[in-house]
Amino acid sequence: MLSLAHVHVYHGPIHALRGVDLSVEMGEIVTLIGANGAGKSTLLMSICGAPRAGRGRVLWDGEDITDLPSFEIIRRGIAQVPEGRRIFSRMSVLENLLVGATPLEDGQREEDLQRVFALFPTLKDRQHQRGGTLSGGEQQMLAIGRALMGRPRLLLLDEPSLGLAPRLVQRIFEIIEAINREQNVTVFLVEQNAYHALRLAHRGYVMANGRIVLAGESKALLANREVRAAYLEGGV
Amino acid sequence: MGYFLQQLINGVTLGMIYGLVAIGYTMVYGILGMINFAHGEIYMIGAFISILGFILVGLAGITAVPLALIIVLTATMIFTAAYGWSVERVAYRPLRQAPRLAPLISAIGMSIFLQNYVQLSQGAQVKTLPPFIEGGVVLLRDADFAVRISYVQLLIWLLTLVLMAGFAWIIGRTALGRAQRACAEDRVMASLVGINVDRTISLTFVLGAALAAVAGTMVTLYYGVVDFFIGFLAGIKAFTAAVLGGIGSLPGAMLGGLILGLVEAFWSAYFTTEYKDVAAFTILVLVLIFRPTGLLGRPEVEKV
Ligand SMILES: Nc1ncnc2c1ncn2[C@@H]1O[C@H](COP(=O)(O)OP(=O)(O)OP(=O)(O)O)[C@@H](O)[C@H]1O
Ligand SMILES: [Mg+2]
Repeated sequence: MLSLAHVHVYHGPIHALRGVDLSVEMGEIVTLIGANGAGKSTLLMSICGAPRAGRGRVLWDGEDITDLPSFEIIRRGIAQVPEGRRIFSRMSVLENLLVGATPLEDGQREEDLQRVFALFPTLKDRQHQRGGTLSGGEQQMLAIGRALMGRPRLLLLDEPSLGLAPRLVQRIFEIIEAINREQNVTVFLVEQNAYHALRLAHRGYVMANGRIVLAGESKALLANREVRAAYLEGGV
Repeated sequence: MGYFLQQLINGVTLGMIYGLVAIGYTMVYGILGMINFAHGEIYMIGAFISILGFILVGLAGITAVPLALIIVLTATMIFTAAYGWSVERVAYRPLRQAPRLAPLISAIGMSIFLQNYVQLSQGAQVKTLPPFIEGGVVLLRDADFAVRISYVQLLIWLLTLVLMAGFAWIIGRTALGRAQRACAEDRVMASLVGINVDRTISLTFVLGAALAAVAGTMVTLYYGVVDFFIGFLAGIKAFTAAVLGGIGSLPGAMLGGLILGLVEAFWSAYFTTEYKDVAAFTILVLVLIFRPTGLLGRPEVEKV
């Protein structure tokens, strides 16, 4: 459903992705792990064309989306929960969610709003509060809720557990699993928390220096000696 | 007392015109973080189009004032908005990824171009319009001084209030307004929720130009004269108003406009008309030195 072929991405002179091939199939949860600076966030953002792949192709539903503007990609059913959440801090919680529904027709919003509020009751209680006044965990929920408002078929999540207390991390992972199972949303998840991520995902990719260095079933990766040494032991 | 009241009325009228132009500056700044130096010229073009409109409507034999007014206002807004849109397309969009200085320079170039373009196509003399709406009401008589509000002034007040209400609604309550505010905060993220950022920026220029068009029409009605140079001075004054109110803030732009209009009216009434333009510049300098965030602006965190 989503596939990247030989994707190269540059940040000015920095060659951040050096020929990435990967694919995500319908209904899957796929995770991408790797050290800081490996290029994980760049990869996730380049799926949405920000930044655009300098070489290589990104295919979505059989369509070449490499050169589409970001908003067109989003309108084809991909949603992004970016690194650092990037909620609109001067807008209210409700407005953040409404903005998330931009890809939809006007009449469809109410139902989605209720669905997101059911998933995150705190957002409902705080809907008139400015986004910037939310706690870190609430902001993460808002970022996920905002992404869900557009009824995506593929949800891209960049380190949703970053900076959250262990109990909240657990909760976020449960919610991701529920979104995948109940709402039939395919998930592509970048995580520092490799152990949690691999337990949740069906498959995983390991990235280093802008390349995919390992790929496989989550179970196999969890058992892999190199993966254990680099990302699991001492880092759980 | 009567004299004072009269100056108050004149000042508020002037202030509303500045405020409408100032909104264009503040909106573009809000979304791009840049000053649109061609905006004063857009206002000047609006004034010219409206004068042309009044002449044409007169030639067409439309004498009913409200009808003529609606036709001229609508046409002026549409044509001026097209200019605003073009300024964005030509001077700003191609330079979206360029260093910040580049679009500033191209906007100044655009401003000079528009001035010359109007001068060449309309001639360098002042254009005049015979009084279109005459009369007014006397509010009170104080000794031998009659405080008067003219119908044109009343129209300006009414129109400004309606436009402000409409604007507050667009920015605060509609999808377009939310998209504008989202772009102002984080353009990349706005595109990642599916907002067409380029289109939103275009619409911002269009809206700002439409307001400037109304201001231009009002000036035509109020003073009855227009020349190709008014954009420069009005531009600087409206810009001052935007900075005074807090650049990026819509209520601030209106407040700044009002203050500036009042200062100017009282300055010319009690001191001398000669230096009334200096008042605006003095305010600009003082605000930039002592309170760069303006009256209603929030402290800048990330933008220059
Ligand atoms: N906007 C940018 N401008 C310049 N270089 C960048 C930019 N964003 C990322 N890079 C560089 O690209 C490389 C990959 O960065 P990226 O953020 O994708 O890594 P990451 O795997 O997400 O790291 P982390 O785990 O720390 O989030 C790094 O060397 C980084 O310095
Ligand atoms: Mg990252």
